[in-house]
Amino acid sequence: MLKDLVTPENANVFVGKLGDILERAIDKPLGYAINWGRIWSLWPVHIETACCSVEFGAASSPRYDVERFGIIEAFGSLRQCDLVVVQGTITRKMAPRLRLVYDQMPEPKYVIAMGACAITGGLYFDSYNVLPGIDGVIPVDVYVPGCPPRPETLIQGCMLLQEKIKRMKARKFV
Amino acid sequence: MSSDSEKPNADETPEVKSTPPATKKPEVELPAFEKSISDKIVEKFGDKVEVTFVKEDRVGIKAGRENVHDVAEFIRDALNYDHVESVSGVDYPQDKEIEVVYHIGSYSDSSLARQILVLSTRAQREENPIPGNDATKLPTLRDIFYSVEFHEREVFEMFGVFFEGHPDNRRLLLPEDWADLPPLRKDFAIKGR
Amino acid sequence: MTGELPPGLALQKVDERIMTLNVGPQHPGSGHMRIIVQIDGDYIVACDPDPGYVHRGEEKMAEYRNYITNIPHLERPVIHDSCNVLYPYVLGVEELVGIEVPERAKYVRVIASELNRCIYTMYWLAIYGIFLGHSTMFMWPAGDRELLIDLMEKMTGARVTHAHFVPGGVRNDLPPNFEDVCLRQVNYFEKRIKEYSAVFYDNPILIARTKDTGILSREDAIRLGTTGSVLRASGVDYDLRKKEPYDVYEELDVHTNVMKEGDSYARSKVPWLDMMESCNIIRQALQKMPKSGSVRTKLKPNPKGKGLDSVYKRVESGRGSLGCYIVSDGKTEPYRLKMSVGSFRNLIALPYLLKGEKLGNMPSVYWSLNYWPVEADR
Repeated sequence: MLKDLVTPENANVFVGKLGDILERAIDKPLGYAINWGRIWSLWPVHIETACCSVEFGAASSPRYDVERFGIIEAFGSLRQCDLVVVQGTITRKMAPRLRLVYDQMPEPKYVIAMGACAITGGLYFDSYNVLPGIDGVIPVDVYVPGCPPRPETLIQGCMLLQEKIKRMKARKFV
Repeated sequence: MSSDSEKPNADETPEVKSTPPATKKPEVELPAFEKSISDKIVEKFGDKVEVTFVKEDRVGIKAGRENVHDVAEFIRDALNYDHVESVSGVDYPQDKEIEVVYHIGSYSDSSLARQILVLSTRAQREENPIPGNDATKLPTLRDIFYSVEFHEREVFEMFGVFFEGHPDNRRLLLPEDWADLPPLRKDFAIKGR
Repeated sequence: MTGELPPGLALQKVDERIMTLNVGPQHPGSGHMRIIVQIDGDYIVACDPDPGYVHRGEEKMAEYRNYITNIPHLERPVIHDSCNVLYPYVLGVEELVGIEVPERAKYVRVIASELNRCIYTMYWLAIYGIFLGHSTMFMWPAGDRELLIDLMEKMTGARVTHAHFVPGGVRNDLPPNFEDVCLRQVNYFEKRIKEYSAVFYDNPILIARTKDTGILSREDAIRLGTTGSVLRASGVDYDLRKKEPYDVYEELDVHTNVMKEGDSYARSKVPWLDMMESCNIIRQALQKMPKSGSVRTKLKPNPKGKGLDSVYKRVESGRGSLGCYIVSDGKTEPYRLKMSVGSFRNLIALPYLLKGEKLGNMPSVYWSLNYWPVEADR
């Protein structure tokens, strides 16, 4: 019966269908495994933009120890990083550099906007050299409010990002 | 000889004029020492300089833009001041002038450790500034006080005051593509205000 | 380095041996600034610091806000030293408005600013550890400074941005039983930082990397107008807490730490010695402080300066002398406010120190200047 169905004319269609079935079968466990790997090895890029970097540093300190949640301290090269924590105010001089850093990072990449300045401009809403939030520069996944946010808040923001990654599609082009 | 307005204890000063600077407590003697500093400058330059105030630990001297270089040289060589703490511009649109204020201090002379000499001078202000190519110019003090280098660069970009003779009048803090007015001038309005 | 083009875009004709490197702003050894270095092999021939990545226009904003609403944004340049960075502004406004500060408030201010100096220096030391690849030296100070942050949190209610100093005193009185807790924590803290000498300051690797690098002579330190620990590490005994005592520092016994070498090692050691001195000052202040009394003289709403007046006040912050120049024209807002900060004044020494130095020594020389980029840019 199979022999009747698969003729030289429709062999390609059949193989394609088979591939779809196979993919549906393994996509879920495979995606789960990939996401699991991504969640527990978030690697922030070392770009300090303003004063929130003090609290970002405190989050890596022994008391808060963000490494417990799989977020490694920010010392690596940006080619290996997959997380940008925008630590505060983005000035007009820094904005092109931030975009440049973001563009050089490999996919997938996530962005946390830390502090009121990175979200809306915060205290510096009327300054001549400060952008009103970073949404216009790079897409943001998680907003962490505060001026500056306490390290606990930053950790919660990172955990929210992990929740978000868990629900994301692991592979985009299928 | 000094200006009259804000001088505390003006009547007590002549008696204790010669006393060296005490460290803390005698409040009467302190203005005397500051007065002696301002007297020395006035003695040398006469009416080319104006003493704006003599307060405790602070002496204000105002000089014209053609004299400011000589006054600064005298302050360094004869009065032992050796570094500039800050250079600030102040914009006075109604006078059509931009004031540049040097706060000069001394490390090497311990009797001057508390003192700050406030040397101010004024440059002409342009309604439509072209930073570097208009009349808003002052002689640089970098050859006298080396420490003004970055401060004068900052004043140039924030007020458009070009310092003639400064070797490095580049932009320092503002973004490279800044094409607006110098931002600390009073006619530059920030958004929403 | 001339021409009409901005520094980042200008094409330079460089000698074939000379390579131009951009260090920062995305670099673990730069912080929020860019250092353009030209190297010949491994040696730096020229260095051009390019600050301004966090220039937020504080001075312009201050002209649009009144004397009280200026407080929160003026402490943002150095949030982990926020008491000291507000101190000269508050002193200046007090002189402009003409208001007396209660005795107890002066002591509370001294305690708060000394605690803040320790918090700042510990963070600086932690980053210095990272710059030298010494991870233990990041973990220890970053953990120990939380002790003092706890104290400040008890005192002011916030971890880092306190906004505790107001013209006329401090915002709140000390919480009950604060003196005992403070004394206990400070004693423990002093014991802890003494242990750092074993792991950091007597460490042969650190000594090899920082001794005799970036030497700043006494004459040059004075000529360049450096300040704070950089100046004291070059053998100039100048500390404003002693030379121009503000508030109650003249009643306390302040000892300054001076080293003669002027190299990176001395510049990294002086702040550490200053922290122990801060512990001494805190203990003295706790002892001499009046046990009760008011901590704040109430200001009238919307304080005004008295006519056309100017005031320049300075204090010794964690990075050196910090001056605040306020020009008032009798309105509720300052006519002009200028902060003369220690970081900006020390930056001038960087091109001077790096010339002829090895590229690998750049982070240790740069961070030993006690430099905080956000403060320098304001």
